Amino acid sequence: MAVTPRSSSAAAGSKALGADLGLSTDDLLEMYRLVALARAVDERMWILNRAGRIPFVISGQGHEGAQVGVTWALEKGKDWIAPFYRSIATCLTFGMSPRDIMTAQYATASDPSSGGRQMPGHYGSHEHNLVSVSSPVATQLLHAVGLALAAKIKKTGQVALTIMGEGSSNQGDVHEGLNFAAIHKLPFVFIVENNGYAISVPLARQVAASSVANRAEGYGIPGVTVDGSDVLACYAAARTAVARARAGDGPSLIECKVTRLTGHSSDDQQTKYRSEEELAADRSLDPVPKFRAQLVDAGVLTPEAEDRIDAAIKDAVHDATEYAEAQPDPDTRTAMKWVYAEDWPSEGPPPWGMGEGPAAEGATPADPAGLPESVAD
Amino acid sequence: MALKTFIEAIRDGLREEMTRDENVIILGEDVGKKGGVFLATDGLWADFGDDRVIDTPLTESQIIGTSIGAAIGGLRPVAEIQFADFIHPAFNQLVSEAARLRYRSNNGYSAPMVVRAPYGGGVHGALYHSQSVEAFYTHVPGLKVVIPSTPYDAKGLLRSCIRDDDPVLFFEHKKMYRSVRGDVPDGEYTVPLGKAQVTHPGSQVTVIAYGLMAHYALEAADRVADDGISVEVVDLRTLRPLDKETLLDSVRKTGKCLIVYEDNRFGGYGAEVAAIVAEEAFDYLDGPVTRIAGPDVPGVPYNHALEDWFMVDPEKIADGIRRLAAY
Repeated sequence: MAVTPRSSSAAAGSKALGADLGLSTDDLLEMYRLVALARAVDERMWILNRAGRIPFVISGQGHEGAQVGVTWALEKGKDWIAPFYRSIATCLTFGMSPRDIMTAQYATASDPSSGGRQMPGHYGSHEHNLVSVSSPVATQLLHAVGLALAAKIKKTGQVALTIMGEGSSNQGDVHEGLNFAAIHKLPFVFIVENNGYAISVPLARQVAASSVANRAEGYGIPGVTVDGSDVLACYAAARTAVARARAGDGPSLIECKVTRLTGHSSDDQQTKYRSEEELAADRSLDPVPKFRAQLVDAGVLTPEAEDRIDAAIKDAVHDATEYAEAQPDPDTRTAMKWVYAEDWPSEGPPPWGMGEGPAAEGATPADPAGLPESVAD
Repeated sequence: MALKTFIEAIRDGLREEMTRDENVIILGEDVGKKGGVFLATDGLWADFGDDRVIDTPLTESQIIGTSIGAAIGGLRPVAEIQFADFIHPAFNQLVSEAARLRYRSNNGYSAPMVVRAPYGGGVHGALYHSQSVEAFYTHVPGLKVVIPSTPYDAKGLLRSCIRDDDPVLFFEHKKMYRSVRGDVPDGEYTVPLGKAQVTHPGSQVTVIAYGLMAHYALEAADRVADDGISVEVVDLRTLRPLDKETLLDSVRKTGKCLIVYEDNRFGGYGAEVAAIVAEEAFDYLDGPVTRIAGPDVPGVPYNHALEDWFMVDPEKIADGIRRLAAY
């Protein structure tokens, strides 16, 4: 059975907010900063898209609270996350910077996720233990399970966590991976950010079960559903799952019920399949004002603290945009790099009638200076 | 030096690499206590234990996807797909994930892993235990594809594959497991990836082959020698990256090129080799670039007469050589 943990805010009572979860005031303020920062970066992406500066946006708006709450339960720099395309707040919480996120939008040479090779939203950073995102959905679950297998065999004490939407959770890889992780009691946590839509298809047309979390029972692992707009409830659930994983007791499934405040992507008009009434109602589930009100009520977010955080976020978003705008495109002469570890000359065009350099129109003339020979071929 | 069967050489290679590097693990269906349905991993579970020889559920995508994650986590997985025919559920993990991981992360990540799979017909395996699947994967940059034909090469290439920093598919012709024997040195050695080998020198016709067909090409070369035709056989060993120089050098010498592969003819791996020869050795050719390959039916039929009809054999290759030599 899925169990909904008691709301963390209701548990505050006479104790300080978050104290029962071991969270300090500084922790809460940092969590709020990350939630608000992710939203501000995301909103800037849409402005840049509508202004014609970047061609594509895929958004995490509405998911930020769950992402920060869940990620906070992991050990940064040690544990692993295989994220998905809405994981902006996850990536920021795990160590990526607004510049890292924004250079991905501009697909610059310095974009640490892919050097401008992937569409925006396909984040990844080996430095921060964030596995590279691809576009086929749910494939990453198996990568996190594999990381958990390596952690168990090598006895590193690491936990691997993966995240996807409820639409993706229907893929066969999820079944195969949860089954394997449960059999071997791997240190693995599966997060489903259930926003009720797989692009345009509503939950009732995706999942026959009463919840995604209920499916955990079939794998013999715990499954819980939490309010994804309640940052501390998400943290509490993830903390329990991470502790269980680290203790060698096996995987858990957490379904965070969130709302998708934007269309699926910048190429989607969600008013075509969602009513204005529904969208208005969903805005009440926005985690940003909700978390803010919770922290203000608890006396954690003082006006001074909020001013300080807001100003820093404004600066960071501005800096990231200016920085990414100024970054150069990747050099086409590097486009053959990293097919394999070693340089890859390809089984290229035949040597006759091709002159010295590449024959394709628009190709950069060969200039071997500073580049391995095969790159300049 | 010891005389080993093809499968013994593979098993020895696995054992020695697992002994050398504790990060090497094996996972697949029935690879543990049973030692695999062909016994390629026989005895390894007893020696290396549950953590390093892992029986998986019947979940090919999981076998490959988990291997990718384990490779990111510092292990060197050697995944066994029980029959190459059953690798298709893992196509997405191989093509979308393993092959692209390094490129899409701009060298941030890689998936050093080996996927072993028995392939090929002539063993009464019918449509779903006989397939040749190499063309699906040689098409994909980011993957390497190796098909050895001798025990010496199988062991030496497998060791190179396990030590390679990128994903490699290692296809083993199941008909060769116990029918092919050869000398294998006792000490450590490797055979480099990306190097073809001239296995029979000749002057009039080049025959390019790999796997079981590399043996049949040698048999065909002997048969046509009686007709006075001198054949040079090139065993590709690694299909991608392809050693173009060795095969082009041979074709430039003989002026005639026959490519042999067991897979369906249309769009098979040999079609790419034919295109390369036509593009890069055109001035040297003294006849059409030709292919002997499996017929274009969806699978190898079970009945013995039908299976013989499907399979490329030494006599069919010899016929092709005679026709090309007479051109």
